[in-house]
Amino acid sequence: MMRANLTLEAIREGGLDLQAVSDYYRQRIDAYDDRIGAFVTRTDVADETGLPIAYKDIFCTEGVATTCSSRMLEHFVPPYSATVVEKLEQAGFSSLGKLNMDEFAMGSSNESSVHGPCKNPWNTDCVAGGSSGGSAAAVAAGLVPVALGTDTGGSIRQPAAFCGVTGIKPTYGRASRYGIVAYASSLDQAGVLARTAADCAWVLERMCGHDPKDSTSLDEPVPRWSDNLEQPVSGLKIGVVRQWFGEQVDQGLVQVVKTALAQLEDMGAELVDIDLPELAWSIPAYYVIASAECSSNLSRYDGVRYGYRCQDPKDLQDLYSRSRSEGFGDEVKRRILLGTFALSAGYYDAYYRKAQQVRRLIHDGFKRALEQVDVLAGPTTPTTGFALGSVQDPVTMYQADINTVAVNLAGLPGMSVPCGFSEGMPVGLQLVADHLQEGRLLALAHQYQQQTDWHLAVPAWLEGEA
Amino acid sequence: MQIDAELIERLSILARIRLDETQNQALRQDIAAILQLVDQLQQVDTEGVEPMAHPLEIAQPVRTDQVTETDQRASFQPLAPAMEDGLYLVPRVVE
Repeated sequence: MMRANLTLEAIREGGLDLQAVSDYYRQRIDAYDDRIGAFVTRTDVADETGLPIAYKDIFCTEGVATTCSSRMLEHFVPPYSATVVEKLEQAGFSSLGKLNMDEFAMGSSNESSVHGPCKNPWNTDCVAGGSSGGSAAAVAAGLVPVALGTDTGGSIRQPAAFCGVTGIKPTYGRASRYGIVAYASSLDQAGVLARTAADCAWVLERMCGHDPKDSTSLDEPVPRWSDNLEQPVSGLKIGVVRQWFGEQVDQGLVQVVKTALAQLEDMGAELVDIDLPELAWSIPAYYVIASAECSSNLSRYDGVRYGYRCQDPKDLQDLYSRSRSEGFGDEVKRRILLGTFALSAGYYDAYYRKAQQVRRLIHDGFKRALEQVDVLAGPTTPTTGFALGSVQDPVTMYQADINTVAVNLAGLPGMSVPCGFSEGMPVGLQLVADHLQEGRLLALAHQYQQQTDWHLAVPAWLEGEA
Repeated sequence: MQIDAELIERLSILARIRLDETQNQALRQDIAAILQLVDQLQQVDTEGVEPMAHPLEIAQPVRTDQVTETDQRASFQPLAPAMEDGLYLVPRVVE
């Protein structure tokens, strides 16, 4: 029986006919995506017999346009596929297409896309979140059962929270970054969005693993997470991070998260108060480091070998500076200039080096806390999905990531799990574990999802037959 | 920290991104606001703290000295905006 909240597990174990499944999703995309804007390129074909998946438009897919939602790469067709894409193809997946995102993964709302914004399926006047907005919205709207995204400062967890789906960013280095367009190399990590933790586990264990083509890829065995989801909650210590409940977090949302934590306590977990004062520095440290790294990573876009080139360049400098000025959107330019500043002579020590020192303090704070508890918890985001166009000021937009960025700075695995609604919009519970402990997160989320059904909710307008 | 037009102009040259007067002004304001946010870091006591570049601090792995890259010019060059005889074309640099 096919329905909008169909899981990959149900497709595989129910012995559903994969051609019928792919027709089902194709019809749903035809019927609904014009009102959402999740897909930017479609590659679904009739008679498809692979497991359905879709990829954020930051993953190189051989022969299929990969735009990063930017004019700079609007017509770029990669001659190769990302390692994680190849691994999932080998595991039996077929892509339905490429998904909308914030330009070059820089954003928290999917409003900075050259293809237009991605809307939140729960309220199409609101943002899907970012930068993996398309991935979250596509799963939430039942256009695809699982999607890949990337997370540099919260870009899987935040849109997952806004759209009411489950999202996981594994430990830095678990998934190969080869073939993923780079934003901030010490922070970027690929991950999964799906309805359930069980589906996340199944996809994650097939996409992770050492890759010699990515020198930051961890040489660690990948556990069979999907075989170890039945770990009991009783006795588990959950650290409730005080700073994640700060005054910037909406009180209605806080109540929903507190209810979820109380439920975990009823299930046998022990809640422990955790104080992490270093988290106050997360946003400034993140924006210096991410901008610095992006200024370096985006210097490859020069209009010479691929990507956008301006018309009639009068000399080489004009070729570079006009191609880049015309090819990049405002937020990308802001971050490149900020990063250029932070790395420039005279400012490097005060900004970049300082931020790297603060990064170590944040990392060490987390490690100390994770010696006392098994998992850290709190709201994923300070608000639910906000209205399109309502946040114009960059600094205000950056604050949307306040609960998520520190996890990337420390390289820890993090998840967002749907835990309820506040004023009709989904709320996400963030769970963070120590390095290489994705299993703890997935098992806890899975147990929570056996007792609740927030993750199966579908917006009313999307429930019907396509 | 004084964010003036001259600083933005210098940064735009370093970053090879051309800005007109309106963009320069808008960026001046934005960068000033972001730097105000970022200047909070100056309050943190980082005496003796080693900067952290990589979250897990693994060492750069080495590989065997073996040729693995092949000539893929035929698949890469169709992506180029301007090409001739296997060479990438740019405006004349040397007179």
